[in-house]
Amino acid sequence: MRDVAIIGVGMTAWGELWEKSLRTIWTEAALAALDDAGVDHVDYITIGCMSPGLFVGQEHLASLLADELGMAGVPAARVETACASGGLALRMGLAEVASGLSDIVLVTGVEKMNDVDTAETTYALGTAADQEWEAFHGVTFPGLYAMMARLHMAKYGTTSEQLAAVSVKNHANALLNPDAQYHLKLTVEDVLGSTMVADPLHIFDCSPITDGAAAVVIASMDVAREITGDRPIVRITGSGLATDTITLANREDLTSLPAVRKAAERAYAMAGRVPGDIHVAEVHDCFTIAEIMTTEALGFFEPGQGGPAAEKGLTGHGGKIPVNTSGGLKAKGHPVGATGVAQVVEVATQLRGEAGQRQVEGARIGLTQTMGGSGGSAVVHILEVES
Amino acid sequence: MRSPGRSWREHPQRYRLEAAKCTGCGRILYPPRVVCPDCGGREFETVTLPRKGTIVTYTVIDVPPTGFQGQAPLVLALVELENGVRTMVQVADVPDMDRLAVGMPVKLEFRRISEDGEAGLIFYGHKAVPA
Repeated sequence: MRDVAIIGVGMTAWGELWEKSLRTIWTEAALAALDDAGVDHVDYITIGCMSPGLFVGQEHLASLLADELGMAGVPAARVETACASGGLALRMGLAEVASGLSDIVLVTGVEKMNDVDTAETTYALGTAADQEWEAFHGVTFPGLYAMMARLHMAKYGTTSEQLAAVSVKNHANALLNPDAQYHLKLTVEDVLGSTMVADPLHIFDCSPITDGAAAVVIASMDVAREITGDRPIVRITGSGLATDTITLANREDLTSLPAVRKAAERAYAMAGRVPGDIHVAEVHDCFTIAEIMTTEALGFFEPGQGGPAAEKGLTGHGGKIPVNTSGGLKAKGHPVGATGVAQVVEVATQLRGEAGQRQVEGARIGLTQTMGGSGGSAVVHILEVES
Repeated sequence: MRSPGRSWREHPQRYRLEAAKCTGCGRILYPPRVVCPDCGGREFETVTLPRKGTIVTYTVIDVPPTGFQGQAPLVLALVELENGVRTMVQVADVPDMDRLAVGMPVKLEFRRISEDGEAGLIFYGHKAVPA
């Protein structure tokens, strides 16, 4: 396998982008990444997008977007693993370059979620659960994570205050990210006093509905060395992808995320790293309980210690392992297909030392983790900057 | 809108709680599958699920999805039946939400679940009720 580097990143402001269509926000992010890399051609385009068919009524997305970018003719494919689609897009791009099939790949993620009303958005997201045996009975995604949260609380003593601490931290981080959907300072009391969505999860435990796109350009090391000049080169040293049952009914332990653990083990093994080596991480906090469970599954904390760690500030700036410096899904926003790519944008920016006020000093090794549905799929990547 | 066929083929499971018991290892699969995830077996006999079970975990959904808007607050639970099979169902007829608890005994009853709009099918299946 060839070594693969990230040579450009692109992100545009996320939010309720009423004035822009899916193709517009995607093209803007793609151009930002191409401009950052300083390339005007690519050999392949991957697009992580969960459900353009349900959100905007558009399938056949890869060709549409390649054409929109002025690159009709270039090979392009949309890939999907629900909310982990963006992470999968990087994995597929990595395979293209590592195998030698392509030298330069544009890896993108996009979701346009506000072109349908909230009920339809909720329905579209719900299709990441088992339609016949979960969604049929009326369960929602907050409901599925609420069921996991209840057991995590019962088994480990995790508290609503610890869940709230995740939300407070990620909103504080987003204050420093101009591209984040929300710039809103929250307190633990604000979270606990907010509307209950699915007991024990409040509205401020949940990530929002977001329009957004993100992109990175990856290339073989040979190409990277040729065109990056004096800028630090960020390598993709580890990649892990894993699946699990998508129905909670078939999962033996609902207080852990086996797909995340497996994907992480594969990524750590490939990179020759252990959890303690990681300096900065972007993880899938679709709900506050999810960040607690993922920081355990990734090995940053022992099972049951994710909640206390969040409350003690171990995942904040200056903590043991800063998590979601971008604001995370909670506050930066969660355009589902774009999320996994935006995580890579944030970590690569951190490793380049270009994160401004959000910069984690001395960050040289970073991790991204995204997952689909209630943990039925997971993607983990490890990125390292060449010293 | 769902076609009648999609609903009809699930009637044995939804209406009669039919599951598939692997003749190789005895694992009971609900819903039935083509291959047993435990032993790889491909031969099954049809068994009927017991109706009694306990709540493994639950939530009260205040913001229900399309088709369930009139039913808030909606109680959803993962129920483990007496034979160990787990299934996600609504919990109905809860007199007091504070009585909901992990480990609470329930039994499955045949109920109306939802409607597919004004002209679509009416879906039936099972809900749990306090035992």
